[in-house]
Amino acid sequence: MTDVYVPWPDRGPKQFRGPAKLIAALAVGVYGAFRLPIRRLAGLILFAAVVGGCVFAWAVSVLLRTVVQVQTHLVAAGEAQAGESISLEKLRLGIAQLELLTPAWLLWPFQWLVVRDVIGVIGALAFVSLLAMYAIWWERKTAGHIQSRLGPMRVGGWHGWSQSLADGIKCIAKEDFIPDRADRPLFRLAPYLCFVPVVIAFMALPFGVYWVFRELDVALLVILAMLSIDVMGVLIGGWASNNKWSVYGAMREACQVVSYEIPLGMSLLIPIMVVGSLSLSKAAEFQQGGWFNWLAWHSPWTFAAMFVYFIASVASCKRAPFDLPEAESELVAGFHTEYSGFRWAVFFFAEYAAMFVVSGLLVILFLGAWDAPWVALAPAGWKDGALWQQLAYGVVFSGPLWFVFKCLFFIYLQMWMRWTLPRLRIDQVLYSCVQVMLPLAMLVLLCSVFWELWLPSSLAAFWVTKVISIVLALIGAVGAIAVLYVAYAGFSRRQALVGSQAVRKPLAGG
Amino acid sequence: MSLETVVFYIFGGLMVVSSVAIILSRTIIRSAVWLLFNLMAAGALYFLLSANFLGAIQWIVYAGGILILIVFGVMLTAKSPYVRFNARPREIAITALVGVILFAGLSGLMLATDWSAIPDAAPAREVQPVADIGRSLLTQYLIPFELVSVLLLAVMIGAAYLASPEKK
Amino acid sequence: MLEIGLSHYLIVSAFVFCAGIAVMTLKRNAVGILIGAELVLNAANLNFIACGRYRVGGLDGQIAAAFVIVLAAAEAAIALAIFLSFYNSHATIDVDHGDALKG
Repeated sequence: MTDVYVPWPDRGPKQFRGPAKLIAALAVGVYGAFRLPIRRLAGLILFAAVVGGCVFAWAVSVLLRTVVQVQTHLVAAGEAQAGESISLEKLRLGIAQLELLTPAWLLWPFQWLVVRDVIGVIGALAFVSLLAMYAIWWERKTAGHIQSRLGPMRVGGWHGWSQSLADGIKCIAKEDFIPDRADRPLFRLAPYLCFVPVVIAFMALPFGVYWVFRELDVALLVILAMLSIDVMGVLIGGWASNNKWSVYGAMREACQVVSYEIPLGMSLLIPIMVVGSLSLSKAAEFQQGGWFNWLAWHSPWTFAAMFVYFIASVASCKRAPFDLPEAESELVAGFHTEYSGFRWAVFFFAEYAAMFVVSGLLVILFLGAWDAPWVALAPAGWKDGALWQQLAYGVVFSGPLWFVFKCLFFIYLQMWMRWTLPRLRIDQVLYSCVQVMLPLAMLVLLCSVFWELWLPSSLAAFWVTKVISIVLALIGAVGAIAVLYVAYAGFSRRQALVGSQAVRKPLAGG
Repeated sequence: MSLETVVFYIFGGLMVVSSVAIILSRTIIRSAVWLLFNLMAAGALYFLLSANFLGAIQWIVYAGGILILIVFGVMLTAKSPYVRFNARPREIAITALVGVILFAGLSGLMLATDWSAIPDAAPAREVQPVADIGRSLLTQYLIPFELVSVLLLAVMIGAAYLASPEKK
Repeated sequence: MLEIGLSHYLIVSAFVFCAGIAVMTLKRNAVGILIGAELVLNAANLNFIACGRYRVGGLDGQIAAAFVIVLAAAEAAIALAIFLSFYNSHATIDVDHGDALKG
């Protein structure tokens, strides 16, 4: 063998020291002991973990709701003062009076608002992290399947489900690299300027009737504000990298996001006008009653506003076809070129969390929030009945699972668009914003104003609008069924569609 | 020691600290980042003062609009991240003197005023609905509202004209 | 000290006001002067809203603050347009170089 140039001395395999050595030995030992069951049952373990996580979250929410219920009962009955700590005996008294089954010691630590808030924040952070991790895995699988290949298949056994976990561990273990003459404090700050506003937006976003951190009467404005402040993180990240291509990427991104905020806000005004309040919980309440009450079918203008909002939100999340700021073939990676390791991971968490937030706004304001299409068929009394009735109601008819499911559909739609459509140039992006979306949004807003003022005026007008609304709802139903059919057709013919180049046996050969 | 006190001292302290940091910052981009913290803290204080709508508007317009504009201005007019313009010692001395006298005067005046001449606003502790703001903008404050919209139109035309490239 | 009243907010706003004036005086970068102006307007807004919350007057404080925010946005846009054309003609953003009309 010829003499190979080794740029750095070969130090052998990495040796862990201290506590890391213990953790590594433990991980290797556990995996060695349970290797075969993990490999065989990987899919089942994943499914069980997801179901268990959802049930745990539901149990915690029921617990917190029970505490508040007991507290208000005790204050109303005069046994305790509002704002004062409640002792265990008083809690037992309140529980007995309300005929509940929970033990008092379980409820006692959660009587303070601070404790409940901390649990809410931890829940939001956990949800954001898990969502981002699995959205990255899902994106790679989607990209693979659209490109006639299979995506991650090895890590974890079943379709590479722990690929994101492995990537996360790699990112944390990477060398912390800051460019030479970059502004160090700002370089460190920028990813968190992108991430923290999105987590604050989760504080204002309701997931269900009782699943909101704080019910704000200006919740929509707070979420829009947090999406606007995201731009600052990108600008500072680009500037602090001391790299002129990063600055170009950052400025193009800021320009694009700020321009698309205008059609975004205007198209959101239309359902707000119909509902009459900026509060997202009230918008969800307005759409109770099933498929035909959803705001997307309320008038042709809300229907158009849904599409305008969707396109504007894709641009505001910097997703293809509007992903010029991250254009891999032009700017290496745009504003996050110089970011590696954990900081890059934080930028990506922020991006996927922002995708969830904008999808969440679309679902709440246009598509019935957390109701299933068939919520009108729910048996009466299940909503506030016994615990098992509430759980069944929440899973089948109306609950945070439905909200997350609908948002995941729109995230999937954004991923589908990314891997199908080519990228737009910056002048095309701005042209489509200022000369297409903005006049369209203004026109739809104007027409919606006249529609809402015309609606109650005469009986004939009322019936015309009702008929148009039902026609739109039927069009929507046909569209939804068409999407489901296309998905089923693709799944049933997947072997033929993937082609001959796909790896069928991912672990063939060891 | 209620939650309101803690929150006020956190965000009020952040406003004070960030305004001092803007004075002492060496590069202009760091001043802009401290201004971000100042504006966000101000918005948080507006939420504490039951002005929810104004707090959200402060976050959207000031922090998410004006600040982005300022950062754009910095990026387009800076030659390198480390160019500094230092003030001369004489300017610093006069500014410090004027600032201290002004602060002492203003806070002394505010602490010495008898505010009970204007009745206490007990009902204002609840958050008033956003619809009330809209209604008063269109009834009691209609003329300033229309004037501001004309002004914004003039500003848009003016800024577009000023920023357009010169025709040779 | 522990019970938050009107005077707490007024002192914070007075401090930010004086800091804003100091920034406007000390910075030679034109954008720095604009940052100082934003601090001053912010302090005034805080004053309006605090007085509106602690003294009767309905929504007047909030409406006044809303108008101040809108006008601050308009002023920042025009100011930056002027600074950009100053930079284009003088190749520097240092306001000490804007002395063509001096003497």
